Amino acid sequence: MRDYKDILSPKIQALKPSGIRRFFDIANEMEGVISLGVGEPDFKTPWAIREAGIRSLEQSKTWYTANAGLQELKSEICRYLERRFHLSYDDRREIMITVGGSEAIDACIRAFVEEGDEVLIPEPSFVAYHPITVLAGGVPVAIPTKQEDHFRLTPEDLKAHITEKTKLLVLPYPNNPTGGVMRREHLEAIAEVLRDTDIMVLSDEIYAELTYGSRHVSIANIEGMKERTVVVNGFSKTYAMTGWRLGYAVGPAPVMEQMLKIHQYAIMCAPTTSQYAAVEAARNCDDAIASMADEYDMRRRLIVDGFNRIGLPCFEPEGAFYVFPSIQSTGMTSEEFCESLLYHEKVAVVPGTAFGESGEGFFRASYCYSVNHIVEALRRIEHFLQGLQK
Amino acid sequence: MDKLLKILNENARLSNAQIAAMLGRTESDVAAAIDRYEKEGIIRGYRAVVDWDKTDRQFVTARIEIKVTPKKGQGFEEIAEAITQFDEVETVYLMSGGYDIAATVTGKTFQEVAMFVAHRLAPLDSVQSTATHFVLRRYKERGIMIKDEPVDERGMGSL
Repeated sequence: MRDYKDILSPKIQALKPSGIRRFFDIANEMEGVISLGVGEPDFKTPWAIREAGIRSLEQSKTWYTANAGLQELKSEICRYLERRFHLSYDDRREIMITVGGSEAIDACIRAFVEEGDEVLIPEPSFVAYHPITVLAGGVPVAIPTKQEDHFRLTPEDLKAHITEKTKLLVLPYPNNPTGGVMRREHLEAIAEVLRDTDIMVLSDEIYAELTYGSRHVSIANIEGMKERTVVVNGFSKTYAMTGWRLGYAVGPAPVMEQMLKIHQYAIMCAPTTSQYAAVEAARNCDDAIASMADEYDMRRRLIVDGFNRIGLPCFEPEGAFYVFPSIQSTGMTSEEFCESLLYHEKVAVVPGTAFGESGEGFFRASYCYSVNHIVEALRRIEHFLQGLQK
Repeated sequence: MDKLLKILNENARLSNAQIAAMLGRTESDVAAAIDRYEKEGIIRGYRAVVDWDKTDRQFVTARIEIKVTPKKGQGFEEIAEAITQFDEVETVYLMSGGYDIAATVTGKTFQEVAMFVAHRLAPLDSVQSTATHFVLRRYKERGIMIKDEPVDERGMGSL
């Protein structure tokens, strides 16, 4: 048997698998586990969207599309962005369709980052920015965010982490896992810091449609920021289309041109069936977004209230579909808490540390679950906490 | 529509505190609203959706299509009212189309339901004819699936 360790890239071997996956793999082996773990909608993709996909198959639309995506879809997304977020992009030169938001993140980071470039990543946040930066030869620089700041990136913290090597700032809001959002005034303050620099922004707005109380504002909407921002978005969370694998990036044409080459060689084009389905989504499904967001909002209130009631103080999330309760009162680490909860009460949640070191003392619970499911999970967690006090 | 009604229509067993949290209202607010809905007859009752096939209760349901001759000045009201009076009758609807009244009748056995239709329903004044359709299997009842929860297939790949 060959020793593959000597052959495989040391850089790849040094990458850690996602902490979320590790936890799920344990939970999946156990009987009777109820989970608040998954980060994907429990809703079905609205029927009209599925039907559009089926129709495209019936009509044998099964070839590659143009590398950057179907023109019809690109135009429809640009109209959608204008209508929903007042973002104007050229539907030919400033947009590309990708395999989920994930691929857009990957292409964007690779398009900018050279060996030794620093990428600023506010944490806790989505687990992919860090490894993708490493793969591109860059240096991920975490900027811890704090609960007392509602997990927002503050201009002071941003400033403190900028060096001559800083190339890119990832702006992951509405935030997974904290549910934090950046309102216009917070973005203005960030823009103020960036204006005197050459730092580009990768704004991951995959949860843009899931905000509660106020509409999402994109940093590309802030004076002078559009020219230095790539906005990543997609269909997974907004339309409950995770398995369709469809996302997109919009940004300055010269940037898109370079990102498109990466996409062209690595992927060719996003899945054709998904693209036809997505035309229907972007064109006709604003109502479906509203009714799903409404349902999430009710669950959000229920679960926040529930955690606060049972003694796990929980910052009120304003976006995405996660809550991030503090477990500091238990004296346990996030890993210990989650593991013990899983073994004692068979409830699976994700330790905050899966999203960066600053997630220590928290766990992530998703509310992509029915009200009954959430109520049962809360009951078990309360029982678990009572056991700890004895 | 009031979201409170939507929530109760989906799950009437949530506590007022839970509903209050979901709606961002106070508990006493919710209690008062439910009270008002009950008094005004907007909420008519709360019942469990039971899968009797999983119990030892003998239980048969039939859908009866009834054609009637409406009475002068009364229309269908009198006969519909009369049909609702039977304990065996679960639902009574006035219908458009090929027949006039649809009733759901339950009993222990097919025989029992058939006898009920023959001896109690059919002889009613103004009933012209009845057609009895037995329910063989229930798949969904009041929006609730009558089968075991499908396995949650999510979370296999999400990061």
